[in-house]
Amino acid sequence: MVDNILAISDLTLRYGDQTALNGISFEVPRFEIFSIIGPTQSGKSSLLRILNRTIDFNADARVSGSVLLDGEQVLTTPHVHDLRRKVGMVAPLPVGLPLSIYDNVAFAPRLAGVSKRADLDGLVESCLRQAALWDEVKDRLDQLGTRLSGGQQQRLTIARALSHTPDLLCLDEFSIAIDPVTTMRIEEVLRELKTKLTIILVTNLIQQARRLSDRTLFLWNGSIIEQGTTEAMFSDHPANSLTYDYIRGAFG
Amino acid sequence: MKPLRRSIFDRLPEILIEGVIRLCGVSAILLVFGIFFFVFREAYGLLPGGDFRLGHFLFDTHWNPASQSGPAYGTLALLAGTASVTLLSMAIAIPFGLGSAIYLSEFCVPYRRETLKVVIEILAAIPSVVWGFIGLMVMNPLIIAVTGAPIGLNILNGGLLLALMSIPIIASLGEDALKAVPDSYREAGLALGASRWQLVYRVLLPAARPGLLAAVLLGLGRAVGETMAVLMATGHSVHVPTSVLDSVRTLTATIAAELGEASVGSHHYQLLFLVGIYLLAITSAFNLAADFLVRGRRRSSR
Repeated sequence: MVDNILAISDLTLRYGDQTALNGISFEVPRFEIFSIIGPTQSGKSSLLRILNRTIDFNADARVSGSVLLDGEQVLTTPHVHDLRRKVGMVAPLPVGLPLSIYDNVAFAPRLAGVSKRADLDGLVESCLRQAALWDEVKDRLDQLGTRLSGGQQQRLTIARALSHTPDLLCLDEFSIAIDPVTTMRIEEVLRELKTKLTIILVTNLIQQARRLSDRTLFLWNGSIIEQGTTEAMFSDHPANSLTYDYIRGAFG
Repeated sequence: MKPLRRSIFDRLPEILIEGVIRLCGVSAILLVFGIFFFVFREAYGLLPGGDFRLGHFLFDTHWNPASQSGPAYGTLALLAGTASVTLLSMAIAIPFGLGSAIYLSEFCVPYRRETLKVVIEILAAIPSVVWGFIGLMVMNPLIIAVTGAPIGLNILNGGLLLALMSIPIIASLGEDALKAVPDSYREAGLALGASRWQLVYRVLLPAARPGLLAAVLLGLGRAVGETMAVLMATGHSVHVPTSVLDSVRTLTATIAAELGEASVGSHHYQLLFLVGIYLLAITSAFNLAADFLVRGRRRSSR
């Protein structure tokens, strides 16, 4: 029996009369990296926005189905803020809040009521270390986070996402705005993090999904074309010929 | 092939339009300098020679420039009048103005926001003499009834009116500043588990600080420079106030009330223009400070 952190069944999302996700079902096993690939507009980012309920801020969005995170029903939970602390979210373009590096990372712990300086110091350091950013910023923690380089800011947002000790870390095209060297560093970080939490990786880079993930899901026009172990998906004979074509770059 | 260079007649409309636009831009600058020049010229007669003393002008509380025996031209009491009314109005207008800005931008449903914004714009468009009328006819008896003061034309009355006049400015500019904060900040904050109120005071207020500051300082400028309403509502008594129920007279009201009586070119007339320069200096200082702060913040956050 596989221990699933996330179980989604028959999830449908509509924006007005447009269907963004069409009755999809899948499970994510704990302590794995789970990739979601697919062309733009296939519903990948919307799916992540459902997971931490930021979809709520889109007035047109209608969600139905079942999303169980650690046994809790995401779509109807009354504890939205607690849910959001369980899910770490990293956006495509790094969003450094207009605060210092320290305050960026200490933001969520402070919301959760941690106020002792020593506790915060320890948390900030460990998060920045986990995101492989500590050595570069340890001498200038009070500088504005928005002044870091793009790659550093992206690692800062990862550190921030780790600061509320999520069980699930979601990254939405994290490498879109950063150089290949930094991308490889972050990928290493993710491999190490896998021992402690589950990672969902939405990516346009098919090779990134292949390098990093244990399982892959191919989403197209709001429907799942194929899902399975990354090995099987990237083999010469995936179950669906569409998968083969997409992975080989025939379209998308 | 057609030659690229077109004849002067083809380009005439373009040249005309360009000229008109340039004229508009230049005239705005010329007008500002013209105002400075005009006000300085009218007051200039005071400065060289004579027995004008700047120390007396700035720090004396006696204002009686039309007196034949011993004219006094200290503006400190007038400045105290302006300062007291402005301070009271800001103490009311800043929390209420920023509060409405936050409500409009973050907590209000869209259709209600549109209605409220129209109402706020109407509020901003009410002529100041109408506000003065309200001060005179509505607030005056009300203040007498509530506080038991002998007269309701005082700092409290003027301060409330100025607050009502500044709130729409602060609210609508403040809302613009908050709306200008990228949505990605909101999403990032919420994704970290912030409630909407935590989002406002931990993320949005710091991010929008320069714009909010500019909104407050423009509201302040309006309050300092406002004339008609305070002329009608503050009671016209030149002295340094000791309570909010004291009547005062502001710098602006003094100019408005006395300029008609002063004969052109007289000492009194020149003094009033000097008060004008004083006022211009105060409001310019506020505007420059606002500009400086906004720009300084923007540069340091890059």
